Amino acid sequence: MYMGVVKRLTVALCTALLIVSCAKQNKKAFYNTGIIYCSESNPVTFNPQLDTSSTTSDATSHQLYDRLLDFDPDSGRIVPSLASSWLVTNDGLTYAFQLRRDVKFHQTHYFTPTRNFNADDVIFSINRWRLPSHPYHSVSGGRYPYFESLGLAQNIASVERVNGYRVEITLHRRDSSFLANLATDFAVILSQEYATTLFEAGSPSKIDILPVGTGPFKFESYRKDRFIKYLRHEDYWRKSELRGDDNVASSAEDFDNRSNVDANWQDNVQLNGNISNDDVTNVQQLIFDITPRSSLRLAKLMTGECDATAFPAQTELEVIRARNDLTLAEKPGLNIGFWAFNTQRPPFDNPDVRRALAAAIDKNTLLEAVYFDSATRAKTLLPAASWAFQNDADDTAYNPVLARQLLANAGVKEGFSMTIWAMPVERAYNPNATKMAELIQRYLQDVGIEATIVSYDWATFRRHLQDGLHDSVLIGWSADNGDPDNFYRPLLSCGAIPSGTNRAMWCDEDYDRLLNEALKTDDIDERTAIYHQVNRLLYERLPLVPIAHAYRYQAYREELNGVVINPFGGVRFGGVEKTL
Amino acid sequence: MIQILTRYCTLLVLTLLVLAVMSFSLAYLFPGDTLENLTGLVPENEAQREALERQFKLDSSVVLQFFYYLGNLLVGDWGYSFTSGLPLLEEVGIALPATIELATYAMLMALFVGIPLGYYAGIRCYSTTDHILNSASMTTYSFPVFWFALLLILVFSLQLDAAPLSGRISLLYDVPRVTGFILVDVLLSDLDNKSLAFKDALSHIALPTFAIGAITTASLIRITRRSVIDVKHRPYIAAAVSRGLSSWQIFTRHILRNALLPILPLMAIQITTLITNAMIVETLFSWPGIGNWLIQAIYQRDYPALRIGMMAVSTLVITLTILVDLFNRIIDPSREKYEHAAV
Repeated sequence: MYMGVVKRLTVALCTALLIVSCAKQNKKAFYNTGIIYCSESNPVTFNPQLDTSSTTSDATSHQLYDRLLDFDPDSGRIVPSLASSWLVTNDGLTYAFQLRRDVKFHQTHYFTPTRNFNADDVIFSINRWRLPSHPYHSVSGGRYPYFESLGLAQNIASVERVNGYRVEITLHRRDSSFLANLATDFAVILSQEYATTLFEAGSPSKIDILPVGTGPFKFESYRKDRFIKYLRHEDYWRKSELRGDDNVASSAEDFDNRSNVDANWQDNVQLNGNISNDDVTNVQQLIFDITPRSSLRLAKLMTGECDATAFPAQTELEVIRARNDLTLAEKPGLNIGFWAFNTQRPPFDNPDVRRALAAAIDKNTLLEAVYFDSATRAKTLLPAASWAFQNDADDTAYNPVLARQLLANAGVKEGFSMTIWAMPVERAYNPNATKMAELIQRYLQDVGIEATIVSYDWATFRRHLQDGLHDSVLIGWSADNGDPDNFYRPLLSCGAIPSGTNRAMWCDEDYDRLLNEALKTDDIDERTAIYHQVNRLLYERLPLVPIAHAYRYQAYREELNGVVINPFGGVRFGGVEKTL
Repeated sequence: MIQILTRYCTLLVLTLLVLAVMSFSLAYLFPGDTLENLTGLVPENEAQREALERQFKLDSSVVLQFFYYLGNLLVGDWGYSFTSGLPLLEEVGIALPATIELATYAMLMALFVGIPLGYYAGIRCYSTTDHILNSASMTTYSFPVFWFALLLILVFSLQLDAAPLSGRISLLYDVPRVTGFILVDVLLSDLDNKSLAFKDALSHIALPTFAIGAITTASLIRITRRSVIDVKHRPYIAAAVSRGLSSWQIFTRHILRNALLPILPLMAIQITTLITNAMIVETLFSWPGIGNWLIQAIYQRDYPALRIGMMAVSTLVITLTILVDLFNRIIDPSREKYEHAAV
């Protein structure tokens, strides 16, 4: 009888264990089907054409939409996306895109597409921001900041439909950064069919609130300050790609025939051998858990309530590194933090004075004290992630003796006073401008210059900067794509003074001429060589002192596989897998 | 009986009326435009403004405006939130049940843990167990609730990884809202992973409930203990002892019910503390309740939301207090018949 009790107990225990382990298995299986990303804020809209903030593009660009072209996150080269291949005429003015077939738009609870992606969608998406007369142009405010800042609309002469799967875009002027602009987060492709349906229903603004795209996830619901829910797009086109490349091959053939016929077309067909985004994962849901407090995001990451988080604070990086279950991915970002001199005010119009000030500061100390080693020292405007990066560029060195000498030669007396404007907000390229300004203040004291630190609220600060009221300013720039023109032109060209991005108020004919020359060629080596000349010129005239390129960080839990930091824009969860 | 009920109803209605006057005057007292504060609607042009002013009777006398406002409150037309643009009735309808749910579980915990322990300590008064219970409850009662909640988060969420620290349920579950009580809603739902979801919701609710409940439990232990000790010293207990009743009989027949009577009115006072604590704890656990919602409204200067939030919370507290008092009056025959109703 005693034995019977033991036996029964054992059986009961085994059953219990079995149930528990089954439940665990179930639990894992269920939690593996959803990724939760703790994001820092609410997106302004669900259409990245309308907003340049990274919050909006993180939440929408790579989740809901696709672009004609993409950047390869490793090499920064342009790779095919919705356009399976493209051709450029020899004069560089006409671009022809062969579009991918069998790409399906999202089927959601508010829209059921009846046709696949085709040329009409491309034309609609581009014309919406390009043509003020377009019926959708003024919907949701009618401002398209990214395209406006580049003046892209003015440079496009026409967008033509050649056939259902081919589009030709003609430019007024040659622009070798044009393809790069089409690959940015903002150049997404919307559904023309959905737009027409909404227009007929009299509620066109829904297109930016209840989005429809071709991306790996489709919109489900959104609650402000709480969450955004996306579901898996079952018919995502990148999945079928793994099964076979038939459609791509045929489209490439189309172009081969054509380029034989027409000698004007450069042989620039790109095949999509290197698309890495294999979306065959088990993920059914993608959720953005909106958590503005950085410390709470970290806490949620630690408890596993989030699988990945946005923007860990510099001070939290050590905590993340110290934990085995968390991964901190870092990549040099596409940004530059610098110290710009107002070159229209004496004595800063004298390159020698600028060189003296540059020699007075120790960049390495600034890097350690302000960035906590989360940045690389900048020699030129371009970070290493750009293809035109110059490793052996000249750099200024810490030399207070030389600084004093140069200042004396230039007639700047002991006790000369100047202002350093420190921007009032945190940015990756300069997480603490005030602290940096205080350090610089001390360095300048050593060479006999009295510096005062100036700061206003962000809007006033930028307005006064644009008016040129500063002597020098600590600020920076985050680029939207890997093209070097996206750094050099807005930061220092003559044309950028009125638009308020040229903080040095510097206008130099040689510089502008070199930049324009670089855009006239498509040969990457040729362009790189020109940018090296530009670097040399900047080193000699020194309108600004490049300080740092900050890393981009992303923290995620071990369970996530396939997370790739995209240095050229927003986060991307297509192809990410979760295994608890 | 009917007289008592009428008195309490009058009291309730009058208090709520005063509250309505206060919330209406907030629209004038808050900085900014009265129309916008009152409705949450921002007119795009002058014509629209005039139409809205006419609609909300802002062009007539203040008394008339108030009665129109009161009418709107009663039909559930509470205006719109500045930040989300959603009707406030809907927002409060989501947030308030979440707070009530948390407070309810905390109260249940206090009742089922605090009262038995209080009885035990009272019966065994001045023993070692009593001293331990007494000092433990004293210590817990003196904890600031936000500190206690943070401590729980630190130990159970971050160190032991035993419970999640934010929200009501993992966002992976899509639970349709029926009652607004998450545990009930999960049971009513037809999710595939119902038991998983229920477990998940339980693990989310455990820490905040414990944080709020512990403090109320502590105070209930002390109140019950005091009341039991008082009853024990009554002459009828001495009489029962002299009649030779066993101590168990004395407890069940004489102490149990008599000691409960003074606890009830004191519990009514606890409700205010409980709801306040719940609102504080909510913000720490990102619990989507009314406290968290009001804090957001303060940060974002959402005046219509603040106006209605204040109204909703006070209404809840006053209604509960009056109900407990009324209940107390009904079950306690010893109280004077013609005593006036009071909060």
